[in-house]
Amino acid sequence: MCGIVGLLVKTPALRARLGEMLVPMMIGMTERGPDSAGLAVFSAPLANGHKYSLYSGTASFDWEGLAQQLFTHLRMPAQCEGHGNHAVLITELAPAAVRQWLKENFPALHVLSCGRAIDLYKDIGTPSEVAQRYNFGSLQGSHAVGHTRMATESAVTPDRAHPFTAGEDFCLVHNGSLSNPYGLRRKLETEGIHFETDNDTEAACRFLEWRMREGDELETAIQKGFEELDGFYTFLIGTENKLALVRDPFACKPAVVAETDDYVAIASEFRSLAHLPDVKNAHIYEPNPEEMYVWTA
Amino acid sequence: MDSMNFDLATTPLRDLNRFLHQDAIAQGIKQVTVLHPDGAHNIAVGLNAPVTVDIEGHAGYYAAGMLKHGEVTIHGNAGTGVAENMMSGKVHVKGFASVSAGASAHGGLLVVDGDTSLRCGISLKGGDIVVGGSVGSFSGFMAQAGRMVICGNAGDALGDSLYEAVIYVRGTIKSLGADARLEEMTESDYQAVGELLVAAGYSYDPHEFKRVASAKSLYHWNADANQEY
Repeated sequence: MCGIVGLLVKTPALRARLGEMLVPMMIGMTERGPDSAGLAVFSAPLANGHKYSLYSGTASFDWEGLAQQLFTHLRMPAQCEGHGNHAVLITELAPAAVRQWLKENFPALHVLSCGRAIDLYKDIGTPSEVAQRYNFGSLQGSHAVGHTRMATESAVTPDRAHPFTAGEDFCLVHNGSLSNPYGLRRKLETEGIHFETDNDTEAACRFLEWRMREGDELETAIQKGFEELDGFYTFLIGTENKLALVRDPFACKPAVVAETDDYVAIASEFRSLAHLPDVKNAHIYEPNPEEMYVWTA
Repeated sequence: MDSMNFDLATTPLRDLNRFLHQDAIAQGIKQVTVLHPDGAHNIAVGLNAPVTVDIEGHAGYYAAGMLKHGEVTIHGNAGTGVAENMMSGKVHVKGFASVSAGASAHGGLLVVDGDTSLRCGISLKGGDIVVGGSVGSFSGFMAQAGRMVICGNAGDALGDSLYEAVIYVRGTIKSLGADARLEEMTESDYQAVGELLVAAGYSYDPHEFKRVASAKSLYHWNADANQEY
């Protein structure tokens, strides 16, 4: 079991309240996923450069020092705003160079996400604990993808929590279990794609992002995913300007959508949507199996 | 006073279910209204008394499961497994129902005004199901006894591996499952459909319905079939 939640606000005024609306949705999915939680938030893209969500694992880390060291080594200004074990690094260096530099100088740091619009947080703990630890309630943006995990396919560790990311401004959360992740992984590894965990969801995430990097639109990539991915899944996928939802052909894993003029909210179960504003007048439906639902921010 | 309200925003679900199981009859309560169900699981499960329950909103998983004697109306949508293993009584979902609606029901009547998701009436064991809308794929899978009346359309693999249950469909059938076949409607079929439509509160003409039942070719092992059915 696991819980997924997603929210895309259509009314710009609600962007300031994205985190506030999302936290009760995540906490509502605690019974489905009590061991880890994570959230990816997409906000207005940076005009220049990229941002990186970094995770140190330990409670404190010298984030200021990291930015200074990056400047000393690579002669490129960087900002690094940290809170405890999490920081957002912003720099105009090319992402490949940043990743390489981080790997060489801070091998223990985990790059949770990279892009112009995405910020990502994930950790072990109940959804309520994780939301409080990273102050999810204050997060702002146009859309967000969240997950509460009850591990079945790999160990309970922060890097195996969802959302998974690949490339830039791309993330995926998963409720279910894939039956062919190793086959996919072997296929992708021959394309030079590197995996960070043994989690089945990472294979789906890297497969779809690889298709998009090869030139597919999100919708085409998902269509190929229907052909390649075997197993049970409800996926919620976030890109810089889109939120997409799909279920496996047997609808083995649940999802409910509530849509109003102001927002689209998605959760594994209605109990996570019950407290949203004006939900009584929302159009509520269950997505059909093997059908694509894509919303644009 | 013969009715009572339970507000699940302030009262634990177990208090409601305990009341329905133990106190309702003793106190002569005939009708219970459940406010703010908000998708909670297991509302009114195991009700074993002639009590009417009105759930004013959307219910979560297994609402009215194992129902006996009671009459439960969900004034909203139902989650997974509504009325699963119902023994008798009536469950009426005013909205849509998620997967496995009426799974394994032994008796009673389940009415869903909207659509149901996949596997409606899976392993049905004698209950009746009337769906006002359409049903998803694998509905009536391995249904052993009972009747399903589908006023809309049916998805893929309808009635796969059916036993003695009979399915009546008014709309289109995307595909029939293994061993399920269309059969001629008889007078007793028209009568059965008519009675179920009346019980569910629909006014369709029974002559609009088709009958799906088991070809019974899976009843005995056939080595010559080479595993292809």
